[in-house]
Amino acid sequence: MSAKNTAVEAAEPSPGPIAAAEPSGSPADGAEPPPGPIDAAELRRRVAQLLAAYDPATTARADFLRAQFDAGLAWVHYPAGLGGLGAPRALQGVVTAELDAAGAPDNDPRRIGIGLGMAAPTILRYGTKDQQRRLLRPLWTGDEVWCQLFSEPGAGSDLAALATRAVYVPAAHPSEGHSADDAERAGGFGATARERGEPGEHGEPGEEAPRSGEWVIDGQKVWTSSAHVARWGILIARTDPDLPKHRGISYFICDMTDPGVEVRPLRQITGEAEFNEVFLTGVRIPDSHRLGAPGEGWRVAQTTLMNERVAIGGGSVPREHGMIGVAARTWRERPDLRTHDLHQRLLRLWVEAEAARYAGERLGQQLAIGQPGPEGSAMKLAFARLHQEVSGLEVELLGDEGLTYDDWTMRRPELVDFTGREAGYRYLRAKGNSIEGGTSEVLLNIIAERVLGLPPEPRTDKDAAWKDLPR
Amino acid sequence: MTHQAPTQPPQEGAGSAHLLYSEQEEDLRAAVRALLADRCPPETVLAHAEGGRAYDTALWQALGAEMGTAGLLVPEQLGGAGGSAREAAVVLEELGRAVSPVPYLTSAVIATQALLSCVGAMADANTDSGEQPRAAAETAADAEVAVELLAALASGERVGVLAVPLSSAPGSASAVTVRADAHAALTGQIAGVADALAADVLLVPADGPDGVGLYAVETSAPKAARLRLDPSTPLDLTRTLARISLDAMSARRVAGPGGAEAAIARALLTGAGLLASEQLGLAEWCLTQTVRYTKERHQFGRPVGSFQALKHRMAALWLDLVSARAAARAAADALATGDRDAPVAVAVAQAHTARVAVRAAQECVQLHGGIGMTWEHPAHLYLKRAKSDEIALGTPGRHQEVLARLIDLPAPTG
Ligand SMILES: Cc1cc2nc3c(=O)[nH]c(=O)nc-3n(C[C@H](O)[C@H](O)[C@H](O)COP(=O)(O)OP(=O)(O)OC[C@H]3O[C@@H](n4cnc5c(N)ncnc54)[C@H](O)[C@@H]3O)c2cc1C
Repeated sequence: MSAKNTAVEAAEPSPGPIAAAEPSGSPADGAEPPPGPIDAAELRRRVAQLLAAYDPATTARADFLRAQFDAGLAWVHYPAGLGGLGAPRALQGVVTAELDAAGAPDNDPRRIGIGLGMAAPTILRYGTKDQQRRLLRPLWTGDEVWCQLFSEPGAGSDLAALATRAVYVPAAHPSEGHSADDAERAGGFGATARERGEPGEHGEPGEEAPRSGEWVIDGQKVWTSSAHVARWGILIARTDPDLPKHRGISYFICDMTDPGVEVRPLRQITGEAEFNEVFLTGVRIPDSHRLGAPGEGWRVAQTTLMNERVAIGGGSVPREHGMIGVAARTWRERPDLRTHDLHQRLLRLWVEAEAARYAGERLGQQLAIGQPGPEGSAMKLAFARLHQEVSGLEVELLGDEGLTYDDWTMRRPELVDFTGREAGYRYLRAKGNSIEGGTSEVLLNIIAERVLGLPPEPRTDKDAAWKDLPR
Repeated sequence: MTHQAPTQPPQEGAGSAHLLYSEQEEDLRAAVRALLADRCPPETVLAHAEGGRAYDTALWQALGAEMGTAGLLVPEQLGGAGGSAREAAVVLEELGRAVSPVPYLTSAVIATQALLSCVGAMADANTDSGEQPRAAAETAADAEVAVELLAALASGERVGVLAVPLSSAPGSASAVTVRADAHAALTGQIAGVADALAADVLLVPADGPDGVGLYAVETSAPKAARLRLDPSTPLDLTRTLARISLDAMSARRVAGPGGAEAAIARALLTGAGLLASEQLGLAEWCLTQTVRYTKERHQFGRPVGSFQALKHRMAALWLDLVSARAAARAAADALATGDRDAPVAVAVAQAHTARVAVRAAQECVQLHGGIGMTWEHPAHLYLKRAKSDEIALGTPGRHQEVLARLIDLPAPTG
């Protein structure tokens, strides 16, 4: 899965079909349109071409990844020109297998999980062509790391209550668009940006007037993983406090190098500081860095969150992948630690992990034939529970060794590794799995209300203007 | 300080345990709790953990020596406060509630109980007409050392630690890894010993010329170069662990063959039984804090504790605590009265309370949301203590295995 994300609100309307996260099918210009339908054989041919031109043994890692992206072999279901070929998502496995066999480097998904799992699908769906062209390539290659500026001290599960303000300031000379300074900060996707619209829902991408002016952001975000290494952050902020809380939010791409962005490490129970507090003081974001229409931020954010769940669920992984594999290995290697009690408990968890693996595979097959089910949320829940139970069992199994920890030194890691390090670390880190990306309680509410159709809890906070809500 | 023993029920076996707290026990609790509230708030515990010291010496002085809790298990004529395991259990509940970094369980309970057994062995030997005069003299000499050490531990002036791995379970013999020569010089290693770094005296089980003995090693002795303590990094930030290495280190014997094994077994049984009270106190803190936080924390325009999904979770935890408290009390009472059902009561208390404590700490983290995952919030100190306590003195699974034998529910064969 990608590393983590933020809260999902229980009682909101469904964010739309999962299929909307699939490619729009309209290749971005500048890309080589595929000659015919892309099937597995065609993909193998293209991988061979790539490998012939860029021998992994002699090509620098970054160069290889950029070439892979340009060949449309990064994520084959993305449009041509944006790292894909408009091929079925399920065919990515063919590419990955071929590249792995050839010893090609990967883009270290653990380091860039938020970019891959959350920012990219949102940019694909709501971004302007300029935003897509500028951002997706370095996002995928890992040249630019992303973070997610969603949660706030007062807005976790109730993310829509967020208080970070974004105030629009028109350009001094609107007709001239941005200053050269802005354009540079925008990294080339500022001055000529045009709204792309929403494929699938609103027909063809619409034309929008050139964007101008900027937004001034003030507020505080918290639990922001990877903010200390991120180049960009996906940010939601309140643009209209007079509207009910879900309606006055807009979605931005925040330049983490802006002088108004201050990132302070927040140490966690593992001893490390994977996440941060982020203070935003007078941060200026050009209007061309807005994703989706003003006031539509909540809907855009739902795409971000929904896609993460799809990314978790849609996978096909080998047997004993992840935490259960780690525990099974320990069991096999350490006959001295075995007891009847632990044996039965390990077997029970193994069965659950295997059933969850089949469920993930089944979900992937549903997605591949365009029949996404609601099982995506179930996958994250199962994943969190299994991670926690299996890692807890492993600590107990290790006995004397389970009483020790590898290292409490405060560090600011660059990547998140749920199954790395030692058992104690895995046990503690797994505690976050049922909190990050929407807590398990909130996900159960979503299943109860959206999947089972049970009536929601009575709410008093949905229709009042945000500014009138008690805080 | 003296404590009157609670009204004691007849020593009859299962079913007759006295499970309430006496007035004296409640007074003791109030005193310990007030001291800890003042001297051991969560910030202090965290600062202590980060400071890398073996234990909070000032707190130990106040709690163990000045309040006299270090001597609760020791009769007054041996320099103690003449209390019982029931009162020591109350102290441990409070220490668990505050995850206090003091060597109470290791010194005032386990090591003290081992020494008490050694002294008791002498009393038995005196009445045992069958013993050889030489052996009787040796036993008497051993006991003299034990009496001296017991007084030092009971006064809280010195810290003693039984040198066995923290994971050692009562009722399942652990390997002896140290040898003693005829001059009581010890050689060998023991890993994973809790509070060894805090100890003035280590009680080391060792294979001697005529069998397993228990030997006292002074950590500040002139020959201390022959003793090495290598700290390991513990999961539980409030209890240190170390590997003890002895190289012909001089020692004094406190118990010989037979007596030593009985002393170790009794010490581990008492430790495991009273650990349940520490786990109970820990779990109670977790529930209390979680209830408090979920009443205050608002999301969706209401306290998150008003969502039934969370209410039921906390109510279920409370139910777990009801039985955990009763089981912990039953173990403490059985140990206090010398009930022959004590091994069963201890195994039940450990198998049950250890899991309740882990669950309470896990729920505490989860129901706090993101803040529960931070270093700054004390929840993690409790989670780490609870998880370590689950392994300490035998995992629940080990205790269930012991229980299977005791209550005749054998495992399937073949
Ligand atoms: C390791 C980690 C990494 C994270 N990374 C990021 C990140 O990169 N970016 C980001 O924006 N955020 C991140 N988060 C934040 C995360 O999304 C929030 O912590 C989470 O959404 C919960 O919000 P909260 O912490 O405010 O808890 P609260 O919402 O205050 O929840 C407290 C408790 O109440 C429960 N609760 C709340 N509402 C309900 C309800 N309606 N019904 C039943 N129970 C309820 C919760 O489940 C929880 O148990 C991260 C969190 C963690 C732990």
